[in-house]
Amino acid sequence: MNPILTIILKRLLIGLLTLWVVTIIIFAAIELLPGDIATEVLGQAATEESLAAFREKFDLNHPVYERYISWLSGAVTGDFGISLANQRPISELIGHRTANTFFLAGYAAAIAVPIAVVSGMLAALYNGSVFDRMLSSSTLAAISFPEFFVAYILILIFSVGLGWFPSLADVDVDTSLGERLYRTFLPAMTLTLIVLAYMMRMTRAAILNLLALPYIEMAHLKGIKRWRVIAVHALPNALAPILNVIALNLAYLIVGVVLVEVVFVYPGLGQILVDSVSNRDVTVVQAACLIFAATYILLNLLADILSIIANPRLLHPR
Amino acid sequence: MHNLSHHLRDAPISAWIGIIIVVFYAVLAIGAPLLAPFAESASVGKQYHPWTAPHYLGTDALGRDVLSRLIYGARNTVGIALVTTALAFLLGATFGLLAATIGGWFDAIISRVVDVMMAIPPLIFALLILTITGTSVIALILVIAVLDSTRVFRLSRAVAQGILTMDYIEVARMRGEGMFWLIRKEVLPNAAAPLIAEFGLRFCFVFLFISALSFLGLGIQPPTADWGGMVRESAKLISFANFATFQTATFGLAPLLPAGAIALLTIGVNLIVDWVLHMSSGLKE
Repeated sequence: MNPILTIILKRLLIGLLTLWVVTIIIFAAIELLPGDIATEVLGQAATEESLAAFREKFDLNHPVYERYISWLSGAVTGDFGISLANQRPISELIGHRTANTFFLAGYAAAIAVPIAVVSGMLAALYNGSVFDRMLSSSTLAAISFPEFFVAYILILIFSVGLGWFPSLADVDVDTSLGERLYRTFLPAMTLTLIVLAYMMRMTRAAILNLLALPYIEMAHLKGIKRWRVIAVHALPNALAPILNVIALNLAYLIVGVVLVEVVFVYPGLGQILVDSVSNRDVTVVQAACLIFAATYILLNLLADILSIIANPRLLHPR
Repeated sequence: MHNLSHHLRDAPISAWIGIIIVVFYAVLAIGAPLLAPFAESASVGKQYHPWTAPHYLGTDALGRDVLSRLIYGARNTVGIALVTTALAFLLGATFGLLAATIGGWFDAIISRVVDVMMAIPPLIFALLILTITGTSVIALILVIAVLDSTRVFRLSRAVAQGILTMDYIEVARMRGEGMFWLIRKEVLPNAAAPLIAEFGLRFCFVFLFISALSFLGLGIQPPTADWGGMVRESAKLISFANFATFQTATFGLAPLLPAGAIALLTIGVNLIVDWVLHMSSGLKE
C-alpha cells in the first residue's frame, strides 16, 4: 500500500478513537451528578408517579451502556434528547444556534486567513524590518488581551463613538445575508484580531524555517529571481505548515467564539452553553460540549492530514 | 544571588517594564487593605457616582467604590490564579518528571490520559465539569489546575527526557543513585530555566482563563471583587456612554478598567518570560 495512505489511515484511526473516548467522557458527566437526577430536578416533594414518569421520559431506567449507545446514536443523527431544565427537544433549542456559531467563526476565518497568510509571508521575506517588528509586538498584545477587552474597545470606538456598527449582534432566521454580515461585523472583527497575530506569527516562522534550508540558498546561488525562488521552490514546501496553521486556528476560533457571543449577545451555541452551565442543565451542556469538542478534534485531525498530504517528500517516496 | 543582579543589570528595557508592572501589582495585592480608600464590598455612596473625590473612579451599581474594588481585585484574581498555577505545576511537573524517569507502562498510561484531556478544548472541558461541581472557588481552582497540569506535564516530561539521555545521568545510575535522588539532584536543576519560563506562561493562561470564566458568571462569585466579574457587572454601562462630556465618557471606560488591568498584568508577565527564555537560550549556546 502507498505509505502516505497508511500514515493517513493511522492518523484517522487515532483521531476517531480520541473522539470516541471524548464522547464517553461527556456522556459520563450526567452519571457523575451527585444524587438522583429525578429527585434533584423535581424536588424532594415530588410524588412517586411523577418521579417514575420523569425517569421514563429521560430514559433513566436502562443500564448505563444502553443509554450511552442510544445517546450516541441519537447525537450522530442530530437528536440530542430533551433539555433537563425546560424539557424541550435539544435539537430544537440548538439547531439555529449551531448554524449561527459556525457562520460567525467562518466569517472571522474568511477575514483572518487571507490577511494572516499574506502578511506572515511578507514578514518572513522582510525579516527584521519595521513591519516584522510591528508584527512581533502585536502578537504580544494578542496573547495578553482578554477577548472581552478587545471586544469592548471595538464597541467603544465603532459603536458608541462612531456609531458605524451595532453593539448587539441580534440576528434571527429571517435576517438577510447582507444584514447578517453587517450586524455580526464587530464580533467577527474581535475574533479576527484575536487569531490574526498568532496565525501571522506561525506562518512567518514556517516560512523562515524553510528559507534557511540549503536548497533555497542553492536556488539563490544559481541566480534564480527572488520571486521565483519563493513561488516555485519555497511555496510547495510551505503549503503544509501553512495549511496546518489555518486548521489549528479554525479549531481555536470555534472555541473562542463562546466569549465573543456572550459579549455581543449573539444567539449562538456558546451563549446557550454558558446559560445551561449556570442552570446546570446537563443534557444541553452535553450536547453543546459534544458539538464544540467534535469540531475541535476534527479540525485538528484535518490539520494533521492536510500537512501529511501537502508534504512533497511524503508524496514522492524514494 | 550576585548572578541574578548581574542579569538584571543587563536586562533589556522591555524586561524592566515587565518587572515594574509585576512589582506594582504585587504591591497592590499585598497592601490592598492599606491602599484601598474604601472597603471591598461595602456600599459607600450612591450608585454610579461620577469620577470625582472621594470616589476617583466612581461607584458601581451597588454604590461600591470602583477604585477600592480594583485594588482588592488584584489580591483576589491574581491570588487565585497564582494558587491554581502552583497546583498545576506541582501536579504536572511531578507526573512529568516521574513519567520520564520511570518510563515504560507508567509513562504510557499517563501520556495517553493527557492526550485525551488535551484533545478537548480547555474552556469546553471546564464548563462541562463546572456544571457537575457547581461554581465555587475550590472547584474552580481544582478544575483549572488539573486541566492546565496536562500542558506542564508535556513540557516537563520532554525536558526531563532530554536531560535523562545525558552521560552524567548514566554515571549517576551506575553509581546506584535512586530515582528521587536523580530527579532532585540532576534533572530538576537542569530543567529549572524552561520550567520557570513555563510558569510565567501558564500563569498568564490561567489568569486569563479564570477572568474569562468570571466574566461568564461561572468563576469567582460576587461580592468578592474580581476583575472578570467587574467587567461583567459594568458591561451594560458602555451603551450609555458618549464622548460629549468627560462624565458620560467614563461610562464607556467602566468595563475597560478591569479588563485593562487584566491585559496589563499579562503583558508584564509575558515581557519577563520573553527575557527569561532569551537568557536561557543564550546560556545554552
